[in-house]
Amino acid sequence: MTENKGRVVSVNGNLVSVQFEGNVSMNEICFVKVEGTKLKSEVIRIRGDIAQIQVYEMTGGIKCGDEVEFTGEMLSAMLGPGLLGQVYDGLQNPLHILAEKAGWFLERGIYADGLDVEKKWEFTPTAKVGDTLRAGESFGTVPEGFFTHKIFVPFTFLGSYTLKSIAEKGEYTVTETIAVVTDDRGREYPLSMSFRWPVKRAVKCYSERLAPVETMETKVRLIDSFFPVAKGGTYCTPGPFGAGKTVLQHTTSKYADVDIVIIAACGERAGEVVETLTEFPELTDPKTGRSLMERTIIICNTSSMPVASREASVYTSVTLAEYYRQMGLHVLLLADSTSRWAQALREMSGRLEEIPGEEAFPAYLESYIAAFYERAGYVRLPDGSTGSVTIGGTVSPAGGNFEEPVTQATLKVVGAFHGLSRERSDARKYPAIDPLISWSKYKTVTDPKKAAYCKNILLFGDEIGSMMKVVGEEGTSIFDYTVYLKAEMLDAVYLQQNSFDLIEANCTKERQRYVTDKLITILGSEYALDSKDDARSFFNRMRAKIIDWNYAEFQSDAFKKIEQEIDAIYKEGQGKLTGEAELLLKGGE
Amino acid sequence: MNKVFNRIESITGNVITVRAQDVQYNELAQINTRFGKSLAQVNKIDGDIVSLQVFAGGQGVSTGDEVRFLGREMRVSFSEDLLGRIFNGSGEPRDKGPVLTENMKPIGGPSVNPTNRILANRMMRTNIPMIDMFNTLVVSQKLPIFSISGEPYNQLLARIALQAEADVIVLGGMGLKYDDFLYFKEELSNGGALSKTVMFIHTASDPTVECMMIPDMALAVAEQFALQDKDVLVLLTDMTNFADAMKEIAITQEQVPSNRGYPGDLYSQLASRYEKAVDFANSGSVTVLAVTTMPGDDVTHPVPDNTGYITEGQYYLKGGRIEPFGSLSRLKQNVNSKTRKDHRALMDGMIRLYSSYKETLEKKNMGFSMNKWDEKLLKYGQLFEDKLMDLSVNLSLEASLDLGWQILAECFEKEETGIKSDLTDEFWPAK
Repeated sequence: MTENKGRVVSVNGNLVSVQFEGNVSMNEICFVKVEGTKLKSEVIRIRGDIAQIQVYEMTGGIKCGDEVEFTGEMLSAMLGPGLLGQVYDGLQNPLHILAEKAGWFLERGIYADGLDVEKKWEFTPTAKVGDTLRAGESFGTVPEGFFTHKIFVPFTFLGSYTLKSIAEKGEYTVTETIAVVTDDRGREYPLSMSFRWPVKRAVKCYSERLAPVETMETKVRLIDSFFPVAKGGTYCTPGPFGAGKTVLQHTTSKYADVDIVIIAACGERAGEVVETLTEFPELTDPKTGRSLMERTIIICNTSSMPVASREASVYTSVTLAEYYRQMGLHVLLLADSTSRWAQALREMSGRLEEIPGEEAFPAYLESYIAAFYERAGYVRLPDGSTGSVTIGGTVSPAGGNFEEPVTQATLKVVGAFHGLSRERSDARKYPAIDPLISWSKYKTVTDPKKAAYCKNILLFGDEIGSMMKVVGEEGTSIFDYTVYLKAEMLDAVYLQQNSFDLIEANCTKERQRYVTDKLITILGSEYALDSKDDARSFFNRMRAKIIDWNYAEFQSDAFKKIEQEIDAIYKEGQGKLTGEAELLLKGGE
Repeated sequence: MNKVFNRIESITGNVITVRAQDVQYNELAQINTRFGKSLAQVNKIDGDIVSLQVFAGGQGVSTGDEVRFLGREMRVSFSEDLLGRIFNGSGEPRDKGPVLTENMKPIGGPSVNPTNRILANRMMRTNIPMIDMFNTLVVSQKLPIFSISGEPYNQLLARIALQAEADVIVLGGMGLKYDDFLYFKEELSNGGALSKTVMFIHTASDPTVECMMIPDMALAVAEQFALQDKDVLVLLTDMTNFADAMKEIAITQEQVPSNRGYPGDLYSQLASRYEKAVDFANSGSVTVLAVTTMPGDDVTHPVPDNTGYITEGQYYLKGGRIEPFGSLSRLKQNVNSKTRKDHRALMDGMIRLYSSYKETLEKKNMGFSMNKWDEKLLKYGQLFEDKLMDLSVNLSLEASLDLGWQILAECFEKEETGIKSDLTDEFWPAK
């Protein structure tokens, strides 16, 4: 804390101008003293001796001449053991502690440490006196739930250090000194299990950044088999309201094949956070068998909470993600919704009277969005292990129109695009990802050739479908009509997926590969079907059977029995595999 | 101790500026004009230039008028005495009752800590089948009623106020036509609901700034009742007028507009009101139903569009009926498994058949011949619309479900409904 002080000279919404003496840095944190409390704020513009600050709280009651204290620190997150399972607001205040302090409401001016400073953790040293250490290298571990939490030399330390002393194995709090390091000039620095990192800067304590090539299973068939996401990659999910963005993210947060999930509820409904809070402690992680909450952190800055801390919340969450990546873990960050974050930028930009860009969004919108998504990545760490941060953001475009600035700026920087469509959600086809507009640059869990084959059928089916609307069923040839029915069936049995059924929602890659092969056999065959009525009833029966199959546990008796029934229907239709499909299936083995 | 200033520097629309020191942001002031006193609220401070939005409007304000700062923010009196009363956007009585000054509570307060909320899981009965049966309203839900001008949305709100299972009703009217205001007053007093109702009314002829105060006043009062273990239902009409009032002030103050002239913080402003809907753990609740008229029947207009992203579903009021398609209560699955075991299946089955009816109707209008099945659907659709969809129907959920079965039985055979046979066996009415 510096002694630097200033005085308020103007107030406009949550933008306050402060006259100061001495030095003030950009993005420095300061406190406005009002009515006996101190309101946390951040410097966002400096002109001469006037600093403009955004206040993270409601600004009622502030008057000219009120004192402002500058801290000399940037907005930072407290990193250390005890983050998992927490529910934070955008500034890393634990919400349940605020509830204890303030009661029902989020009263302004009340803050709390991000970590419990009284709890003791079992520390085991892993480095010896005399070892050379750099920022982001660990010198001890602590068990945190299911994970081994590594204790690091703070990321803020430049250069290399020598370990002078280290505590013995035992129980310590996160702020107790447990080690001392010296720099090349012999100055000593005490270290504890926790340290702070400015959230708006990316953590770069890794040896190298690798290309994201390993697919992250989400267990959603439509994503994994057609528009996959890679560990360390980025993707976005734009869609109009009611198209199921949040449900899709919710499902992903439960079933994704990662170690840790961070949910950033940014400017969305409080009710949805309550749902996660009520549900997650009851659910078990299919991978570890522990409560899902033990691998989850929730950063929630709902729509009615102050808008400036909404802007901070996405940075806080990505910082926590980077911290756990440093331990060699795979982290998924789900941000819902990045549009609300962009709107927070727009509100501040408007108050600063900056020249507006498209739809009044600031001109730096694109570079901010790009910088945020670039914090994802698959990295090799100093100790040789690898870790990743994957970022998935939802976008809420005004009027469901993807041409708007936030969607477009996001599409430029992400590796996969899952576009949700109103038509599909109205027809109750969930997940409502439109296969005709979505894309991905990552590797599918199934053979890419097979995925392309299926996509082609969908495309033809769609074309025939629109043609049929004009010429009617009568004017369509039986061949075309069969393709149309195949596409409809593929949509119903593979693309659509019930996210509320435990077995159906958790569709592993082995199962996806197995089912895809079966589907290629069915889709890539010609049948002895004389009339359209025959064709329709054949595919309807096939469809109903495969839907039943989806609900049966993989390779269980029920699964095998239904598979036999599917084969029987196939035989009845006298299916004959085409050359193309046969080749495809052989290549896959 | 109150500071008084006698020099107004500028008057633009409803916003005036004065030179003053030691003024707090959001502080209230009182202006004495030749037409009487009016409240004003500080909405910008730049050095010693203070901008205020004048509740009664800028008309007739003179540069020489006296501005007296009150040293406090906008507040509303809260007690049981509010019940049955009517106020305007400044908190002054619109009826002939006394001015209330006791137990003043701030308005537009902070939001509820999410960890203090509980999952919405109680049904709020309205005895309107299209709501109770098909898109159940849940306690603490926030839902808009999307509508176009000319639809009977105020009639619908009045019915809900009369029939809903709530302890307290708070009605907030923004830009109401005067006859609509009279209509509400009459309906509620005839129906005997006035004694559990508080009204905050801004009519179309009242000053714009007062319109912006209505939701905050109504919700602050609702919140206080909820903390006294009451289940409160807040009815707001019409939120589009509220948004337009914000637009007017923003443009007057030369803010950069974002979309169709609306200020960039429209989403946050709407959200901070709607998010007041809450179910407190071990206490009362606030449920919000708000009419949002869609200019030009366009759901992508900024007001309904932003609203849709905030609320938990929506009711579409079209052709005097709550449309079964498009209308959605996102929270209904939290409650409709606990009502009666045929509720979900019957709801899905009837909607599926109604959608087939719509297709058949289209075929019929295009001149195709009708087969037997088509005839059945046509009969069904007609009965459904007359007996269940009509807004004047007042039936409990159980009676609506029974009526649903009766309609089905009148038109179809059991197997044709597509409803699971164990339910049809149990509930199919004997002929």
